[in-house]
Amino acid sequence: MTEFGSWLMPVLYSGIVDEHMTVRGNAGLFDISHMGQFIVSGPRAGAWLNRLLTNNTGRLSPGQGQYTFLLNERGGVIDDLIVYHLREEEFLLIVNAAKVDEDFAWMQSRLESDGVEFTNRSADCVGLALQGPKAPRLLDELFGISRPGRNEVRQVTREGLRFVIACTGYTGEEGYELFFSATEAAAQWNRILEKGAPFGLKPCGLGARDTLRLEMCYPLNGSDLSPEHTPLEAGLSIFVDLNKPDFVGREALLAQREAGIPLRLAPIKMTEKGPPPRAHYPVLKDGRQVAELSSGTLSPSLGIGIGMAYLPADLARIGEELEIEIRGRRFPATVERKPFRKPAA
Amino acid sequence: MNVPEHLQYTETHEWLRLDGETATVGITDHAQAELTDIVYVELPKLGANLTAGQPAAVVESVKAASDIYSPIGGAVVEVNGALEGDPGLVNRDPYGEGWLYRLRIEAGEQIERLKEAAQYRELISASGKYEV
Repeated sequence: MTEFGSWLMPVLYSGIVDEHMTVRGNAGLFDISHMGQFIVSGPRAGAWLNRLLTNNTGRLSPGQGQYTFLLNERGGVIDDLIVYHLREEEFLLIVNAAKVDEDFAWMQSRLESDGVEFTNRSADCVGLALQGPKAPRLLDELFGISRPGRNEVRQVTREGLRFVIACTGYTGEEGYELFFSATEAAAQWNRILEKGAPFGLKPCGLGARDTLRLEMCYPLNGSDLSPEHTPLEAGLSIFVDLNKPDFVGREALLAQREAGIPLRLAPIKMTEKGPPPRAHYPVLKDGRQVAELSSGTLSPSLGIGIGMAYLPADLARIGEELEIEIRGRRFPATVERKPFRKPAA
Repeated sequence: MNVPEHLQYTETHEWLRLDGETATVGITDHAQAELTDIVYVELPKLGANLTAGQPAAVVESVKAASDIYSPIGGAVVEVNGALEGDPGLVNRDPYGEGWLYRLRIEAGEQIERLKEAAQYRELISASGKYEV
């Protein structure tokens, strides 16, 4: 167990490697109740969100979701989140556990017009992530609904309990995230594990969540994203619509794009087997430190060390040869194309 | 948890087996279970002079790197080279094939401060399920 954003969370159940391979091969169930849930509703809800967030919520029809950022005025990342357009005039935001209070205060301080209702539902809403190639069939078994497509969201009621079911995740596998009332958390967790047993479903903890996401180069806020770096530096500009007339941080991003993006978050893979790279280890070029790893681990799928770092832009080129310093020794590594793990065809 | 009677133990979860003037060092079953899947072991250099209580090796799981402290002082006379290709030996056989290194014990080296099996069993039963 570990402390995570004031939650006590399991790092692992059967073992990080076992859970990781289970998600890649069958399916895993993650408790993601630590993540925050905000509801934004009212006739001006969409317009208000569009001025706070980087992606274009105007492109979302009811039943669709998108990944997006909440930025500070300097264009740095406060949080990365998913916005689901649940129905006309109602949006659900899923934010990072450690950022719930900060995000909520930041957004509330920018509530400007009538016609927007903004509530923090984090305390009474829980989330489970069902991830892996067998997740679609298990979802059929559990709910018997037409499955939401990638980034889509559906609401269903079963035995009086309302579920929000989204086809999203943090693993690179097919899968779903389910949100519902906290009063039902334990019962649903047990029910899904029981129904999932024939599919090889296993409970998974934060450890596997981290190795799975890093193999896909999905950033972790607080490690790979921070108020000091922009989404352009993080290589995530496709989630930023600079053509929108206005959103917080837009001016700073335009200025950075104009001036040249100085750093790039680059995937780095160890050239040979060795100790696992980890966050904060120095990254060197020609013997000189040029960065530190923002994340690092041993990839269970690839059997080799992987990580990410904000490199000077001229070094963030695929094939660039670097070294990672681990306890005073230097190990060769190269800049890779993301993701490390190519999704199965 | 397996805690063999014939070994001696430290509070930091290493074991020591005395064999005349040499001693073999490894980590306990409890330690390997808490560390989980071991993916890398960094061993001391042959001939290195270790001091009791000082870091001597590093054992890494996917989640973390952990220092291993030498239970006693002495010169390293052998390291377990099999761990380079198969670090999981430490998980599968912590008191056997998963040993870490052997020391030549200096005359007068203190081993009294090490724990007997019964004391170590008490220590790990009191330490709680979730601590490493």
